[in-house]
Amino acid sequence: MADRAWVIRGADTYIARDNGGAVANIALFATEAGAVLVDAGPSLRYGQALAKLARELTGEPVARVYLTHLHPDHTYGDAAFAPGTIAATPALAAELKREGPGFSDGMYRILGDWMRGTELHMPGHAVTAERETLGGRSFRLLALSGHSASDLAVLDERTGTLVAGDLVFHDRAPTTPHADLPKWRAALDTLKGLSHRRVVPGHGPLDPTPAAAIDQTRDWLDWLEGALTAAVRDGLDMVDAGLMPIPDRFARLKVARYELQRSVAHLYPALEAREWPRVDGR
Amino acid sequence: MKRIAAALALAAPSAAVAGPFPADPLNSPMWEFVADKYLGEGAAVRFDPRVKVTFPEVAENQRVFPVQVDARGIADVARVMILIDLNPIQLPIDYRLGDAEAFVSTRVKLDQRTPVRGLVQLKDGTWLASGGWIDAAGGGCSAPPVSRVKGDWAQHLGEVRGRLWSGASGARVQLAFRHPMDTGLVDNIAIYHIDDLRLTAADGRMLGEVKMQAAVAEDPVLALMPRTRPGEAVRFAGRDTNGVEFAGTLEAGGGAVASR
Ligand SMILES: [Zn+2]
Repeated sequence: MADRAWVIRGADTYIARDNGGAVANIALFATEAGAVLVDAGPSLRYGQALAKLARELTGEPVARVYLTHLHPDHTYGDAAFAPGTIAATPALAAELKREGPGFSDGMYRILGDWMRGTELHMPGHAVTAERETLGGRSFRLLALSGHSASDLAVLDERTGTLVAGDLVFHDRAPTTPHADLPKWRAALDTLKGLSHRRVVPGHGPLDPTPAAAIDQTRDWLDWLEGALTAAVRDGLDMVDAGLMPIPDRFARLKVARYELQRSVAHLYPALEAREWPRVDGR
Repeated sequence: MKRIAAALALAAPSAAVAGPFPADPLNSPMWEFVADKYLGEGAAVRFDPRVKVTFPEVAENQRVFPVQVDARGIADVARVMILIDLNPIQLPIDYRLGDAEAFVSTRVKLDQRTPVRGLVQLKDGTWLASGGWIDAAGGGCSAPPVSRVKGDWAQHLGEVRGRLWSGASGARVQLAFRHPMDTGLVDNIAIYHIDDLRLTAADGRMLGEVKMQAAVAEDPVLALMPRTRPGEAVRFAGRDTNGVEFAGTLEAGGGAVASR
């Protein structure tokens, strides 16, 4: 991307056997004290390849791996790294402890042999400061939430590269399994207010501008919430809602229909509970 | 639960001898067995794409999988069933129509990759069938309900939300019940589910009767399309397998139902 900073692109689709679960973007930065990764990919095998690549590109072993959030396509590759190098906010560490291992069955079921030997490591380094400096390179660390209950964004101050985790998607529809939409919007406001130059989204191509991917993510979330709320009010069931037209402006977003149907599953029951009156007379 | 499915699969070949059923376009290993069991020995059945069975491309949540059966293009429908061949509980919904369109939509549990079917019985007793396969991870029936894990199911039991929409394209009722819908397949929790639900119009006209089994998702949601008159309210009354009763009225005025 820029001054000794790289992005390792994931496939812009869903986790599947033919991509080995390598769907999330990973960022890599060289420092005097070793390589810094943001996120670790889906498996031990992927994490090992990442460690090798980091050494080839930077000439140094991996000194730190920041985890952005709990989803296994971002975290399970941490199996390749020593717990002391794995960094997460205390909130994320608690979530990983509670829910992290629960993704294992699903990952093995979809990915089979790709997952062999993968065992999620718990982070040994707590992210509590707003800024950490490694080997002369400073990273601003923003503890946010909205895509999940704890999302970390990492800003490399040397290059102005914002690694946004899954708070930002780009030309790939956002996913909502643990989303809190108002919090997500607030997080996007915070990110937009940073003085960064480019954005590494959690999924999709690098955004060379500060705002395009952030705005696109917000546009999708606003549309999604409005469209699903209207669908619930209009009496559409979940099947209907999953088949609703997707506006043309989202035509460049990969897997949009797929993620719309997943989001219907995630968000519809709460909207029904909010929008429909009690009718039991109790 | 896997054990039960395997036992059913073993039983299938002998049942197959009984049924002169047409070949299953879905090639389900259970077709002859489920047809014999749920349609009746020697029932007349044919596969008909006018029975529109619609569901999402992926089972994002195998405990809450939306299925819609729309047979409004067919005259003289008396009954609509949703059938899930490879579930330990195979018949989540058995809907006998009163004054209503042939439409039912709900959410079901899936226990593994399985055919999901809509079966429509005409007034002459013959059956029409359609459906498709859906892939699902294991455990939709054998995982405990969320409300059992949270422990708050009893506090909300009996709560019903819903609305009635009516307009030129017909009426739609949606009802959302709080109920654990226990399958009996989770350790130490006996089978316990909403059993029976009747919808009537204000003048007493029967709109429909739905038999549910525990393969309907926890906190069941049901959409039906009764033929109501302008301004007419719909009453519902049901009970669960412990005799707990649910009843209420949906007033007209939810607006017209949108078509997708
Ligand atoms: Zn994510």
